[in-house]
Amino acid sequence: MAEDIKAKLENYHTAPFDTRFPNQNQTKNCWVNYVDYHRCQNALTAKGADTTPCEWYRRVYTSLCPMAWINSVIHE
Amino acid sequence: MAYPLQLGLQDATSPVMEELIQFHDHTLMIALLVSTMVFYTILTSVTTKLTNKNMLDSQGIETIWTIAPALILILIAMPSLRVLYMMDEVNNPHLTVKTIGHQWYWSYEYTDYKNLEFDSYMIPTQDLIPRQFRLFDTDHRMVVPTDSPVRMLITADDVIHSTAVPTLGVKMDAIPGRLNQTTFVVSHPGVFYGQCSEICGANHSFMPITVEAIPLIHFEDWSTSMLAKI
Repeated sequence: MAEDIKAKLENYHTAPFDTRFPNQNQTKNCWVNYVDYHRCQNALTAKGADTTPCEWYRRVYTSLCPMAWINSVIHE
Repeated sequence: MAYPLQLGLQDATSPVMEELIQFHDHTLMIALLVSTMVFYTILTSVTTKLTNKNMLDSQGIETIWTIAPALILILIAMPSLRVLYMMDEVNNPHLTVKTIGHQWYWSYEYTDYKNLEFDSYMIPTQDLIPRQFRLFDTDHRMVVPTDSPVRMLITADDVIHSTAVPTLGVKMDAIPGRLNQTTFVVSHPGVFYGQCSEICGANHSFMPITVEAIPLIHFEDWSTSMLAKI
């Protein structure tokens, strides 16, 4: 399982097509991955587990979300 | 690229635009044929010496000129829907570029691997060097690899803008708070121009988009050099 995630992360090019967001408006796609990353971090850290699987969400939201949006959320 | 007194579409640089041009030519031909026939009919009706004071009717001709237009419309609708669905096809992109509209310039972000971000301002007319195009060339270009599906995510920082690159068949609104997606494939290397397509203030006409398509090997060199520069 962990090896799969590592392989997926190594072969990462860009955010793949997400069937939950097939249309023009990708705003929710960016938001969902951002939120999923932080939820994943919190959940796995609380359990004391390795947070490598959360990296996938971070790569996807970094690919999709404009840097200004990410920075403004962080600064809030 | 665009040239003075241009009447038709620019040559295609992406497969989708090739299809759009074919559809446009097909539909325009039908429109011209119908217009010519109507014009001829009106001309002959108005200039004829023949008169008939009786009310005329004919089930035959009424049937023909009901069925024929319906068939013509079907002939237009079928390629139209084909191209429409082709534009929406799922293609797993190799690269994501974010295009953000500002007053009055574009900025591009390439954040799949490292965080590459840069602004693209139009070159002012007084600063042009001889080979550059007035109102089209920019200081930095949006560089993409050829023959690779590219996902473009477009948004804006302040007011509504719109990215358009006619030769690629790309036009998408840049709306603050919304991330619009379009994809394209560039068929061959070159430099392609477009202009902001949504009124956005004083310098709306002076914030062009310049796309440079280069082979993938050179694309990796370019992104490394940009990261070093910025």
